[in-house]
Amino acid sequence: MPKRLLCITVNGRRREDAVADHALLIDYLREDLGLTGTKRGCDGGECGACTVLIDGEPRLACITLAVRCDGLEVETIEALAANGRMSRLQQAFHEKLGTQCGFCTPGMIMAAEALLRRTPLPSEAQIREALSGNLCRCTGYVKIIEAVQATAEPAGAVGVAE
Amino acid sequence: MNAPDKTALRTAVPPAVGVRQPLIDGVEKVTGRALYTADLPARHALIGAILRSPLPHARIRGIDTRAARAMPGVRAVVTGDDCDVPYGVIPIAQNEFPLARERVRYRGEPVAAVAAVDEATARAALAAIALDLEPLPAVFDAKSALVAGAVQLHENKPGNIEREVDHTFGDVEAGLATATLVREERFHYAEVTHAMMEPNAALAEWDAERERLTLHSVTQVPYYVHLALARCLRLDESQIRVIKPFVGGGFGHRTETLNFEIIASLLARAAAGTIKLELTREETFLTHRGRPETDVRLKIGLTREGRITAIDCEVIQRGGAYAGYGLVTILYAGALLHAIYRVPASRYHGLRVYANTPPSGAMRGHGSVDVRHAFEALLDAMSAELGLDPFAVRRANLIIAPHRTINDLQVNSCGLAECLDKVEAASLWRERRGRLPKGRGLGMACSHYVSGSAKPVHWTGEPHAVVNLKLDFDGSITVLTGAADIGQGSSTLIAQAVAEVLGLSLERLRVIANDSAVTPKDNGSYSSRVSFMVGNAAIRAGEALRSVLVTAAARKLGVSEAEVECLGELYRLVDGEKTIGYRDVVTAALEDAGTLTVKGVWSTPVEVQGGKFKGAAVGTGAGYSYAAQVVEVDVDEATGVVRVLRVWVAHDCGRAINPLAVEGQVQGSVWMGMGQALTEETRYADGLPLAANFLDYRIPTIVESPPIDTFIVEAPDPHGPFGAKEAGEGSLSGFIPALTNAIADATGLRLTELPASPDRLLDALQARARKRRLQQAIAEATQQGGA
Repeated sequence: MPKRLLCITVNGRRREDAVADHALLIDYLREDLGLTGTKRGCDGGECGACTVLIDGEPRLACITLAVRCDGLEVETIEALAANGRMSRLQQAFHEKLGTQCGFCTPGMIMAAEALLRRTPLPSEAQIREALSGNLCRCTGYVKIIEAVQATAEPAGAVGVAE
Repeated sequence: MNAPDKTALRTAVPPAVGVRQPLIDGVEKVTGRALYTADLPARHALIGAILRSPLPHARIRGIDTRAARAMPGVRAVVTGDDCDVPYGVIPIAQNEFPLARERVRYRGEPVAAVAAVDEATARAALAAIALDLEPLPAVFDAKSALVAGAVQLHENKPGNIEREVDHTFGDVEAGLATATLVREERFHYAEVTHAMMEPNAALAEWDAERERLTLHSVTQVPYYVHLALARCLRLDESQIRVIKPFVGGGFGHRTETLNFEIIASLLARAAAGTIKLELTREETFLTHRGRPETDVRLKIGLTREGRITAIDCEVIQRGGAYAGYGLVTILYAGALLHAIYRVPASRYHGLRVYANTPPSGAMRGHGSVDVRHAFEALLDAMSAELGLDPFAVRRANLIIAPHRTINDLQVNSCGLAECLDKVEAASLWRERRGRLPKGRGLGMACSHYVSGSAKPVHWTGEPHAVVNLKLDFDGSITVLTGAADIGQGSSTLIAQAVAEVLGLSLERLRVIANDSAVTPKDNGSYSSRVSFMVGNAAIRAGEALRSVLVTAAARKLGVSEAEVECLGELYRLVDGEKTIGYRDVVTAALEDAGTLTVKGVWSTPVEVQGGKFKGAAVGTGAGYSYAAQVVEVDVDEATGVVRVLRVWVAHDCGRAINPLAVEGQVQGSVWMGMGQALTEETRYADGLPLAANFLDYRIPTIVESPPIDTFIVEAPDPHGPFGAKEAGEGSLSGFIPALTNAIADATGLRLTELPASPDRLLDALQARARKRRLQQAIAEATQQGGA
């Protein structure tokens, strides 16, 4: 099984790892790096649970080859809490019950994170569009929208500007 | 005398019940630290994989595993020969083997499994197994399964009838005779499935030296899994430990032992090692256990004022290949025709039928959902025919608690009237109904559910729920519970109940759940039993601990126990100034006793455990939740696409112990009802699943999911913990009829086949248009002929 050297930045740490040509990013993250926050919920590109950020853009780790991330920067859910403190988005998902069983949550939060970096004050329609590839079976999405909106409130805009 | 104000101190104790409490395990979920079964560290585990039947019905002539066993890296191969003990959640209906023996009865049924050093080797080993199957005729729906001479799936079940139910209460003919209006309608419901986000997975570890098995699994019912493993592996129950890690939803899929849990354990023992078995999403769909394809025929009699005089209902469910929960599902469908409205007479005929499809099982709203649609849809049509408002018809039939139904269900609280008032007002029903623009419509419906099945599946004589508390030198209280939190927030609720009784904040508590070696047995998370039953046990455990602490405080203060009151962080003399802090009370309590463990237990009162007739236990419960909802739709008659614009739902949960979680559960239920109503259906072609993925099995995305205005109604139940009843299921079934009633309001068309997918709706609209054109042509021709 041919392998090649992958030079990648994961959650701010530069790494060089030998990975198989056909290895998927999700398996590299979960199996090689132990970053199990990124979830596999389907057989490929259907549910969004494996959403990570690649150079800031939301991408599905389950249909991305690890070697395609050579030279790129990958962020997973594990990177969002800084110095042991949850990000405002994570805090809002927790406090507003944007998470129930929690399985879709890491992917959902990463998709929302990408949106808020792009559009700090999104409309409800923009939130719905940005999260349209992330399935949740517990919440009916009501409190997920509330959580993203709570993060994006003007107080949040100040936080983002800091 | 300058004693501190007693009332002020009392209110200084922060309440835990009624607080919008984020989940106590929420931080783990939002940070990615929560470990689900597939996330558990198992670096040296062997990889398990399952070979499944390619045929829907066949005799197994042989399974040649020699080539697979000989492959380097393969550590175990198991087949039906490795387990000859059938399993099944209902003790009297166990007819399934974890790996098929002699016959396969549905496409995708497990026939063999391997354990290998890696995934690629495991897959290659599966490919090397030679299956010799002799195809048999197969039946794929209830109608063909019931035809005389149809191939029989199980030798002891002639006619493929798994269970037939005939229940008559009161005089149905007399009731129908006194009715002003009697109408009958037939309905058809597609099969739906849970589609929880976490795929199935198990981690099984066999300790060969000690002959002990440890299973981590995605289950809602660790205790039932424990029993099934002991049975199928012929082990003593004490040789087994079952642990439930974080679980990514269940909705009923995981309320019975599933084949992969036993298969992983068989592999672990055969390989004398640890097996990680992760099913694909497709395999998770195949494991199914969802809501069966169902046909309902329903007849209702109403007086001029809309009062129900009698009902006559027939239900046929295609249960799939094995029994599972089947007999319970078909009994629920009849039993829960009751306990929502006053019904003076009823007849129910239920048929649960075997067919060559994956086995159905329990799914959120178990058994009650499709019949509730039929009931509420027919009631809506009849209201219109009588010229009555649908709200008025519901109000004409309200139960006034306490009330015993004719099928012996005991309703001790009912807040449905208030639910109706709330959604009628919030949706501006009176102002807007009939005045909406073309294509828009409003519909309403009601629903209900049990708060815990009053009789457990396994009758052991034990209490229905047990909670243990451990108090130690550090002053922290560890709550030990076997209740399976699968995202609904049960661990949070149990902590709130204990905290409330002890007057402590949640920071004093830790909850440890679901490790059979540590936590007390619990029957599991099903039939919405946990809040009610385990909540009650938690209260009693809290009371037991409080009593120990009060005794210790009294000793320390040199007074009698009756003179001491517990204020949480402070214990004090009722009529004096003397106080003692919580930590000192704990030290005093531990002085002679050492580490304290206390427990609380709860059992459903006998008087709510139902009647004496066969099947009477199903549908019984100590408390019933009630819900009413209004749905507003926009129907595009050119495309058949239905958009749900808004939902107003009011749910009577008795008392909202955690209003935040109640809202979340109610919204999730309503939304899941929307999926079933609009898009979801498993489909098969000759037993081959056509929708075993999230692209073809369409659960609603965030884009088509409406705002859901949620109102909590609290009609406290005398048996409920702090008056609470269930909140996780009762709102589901109401959505579906509210939706079709709204479509009827928008288009005049009453759909009797679900889901209301664009193709079905368009077909129905076009059929109606053709019929109208034909009628018009006939009318014109008649006119011309007459002129």
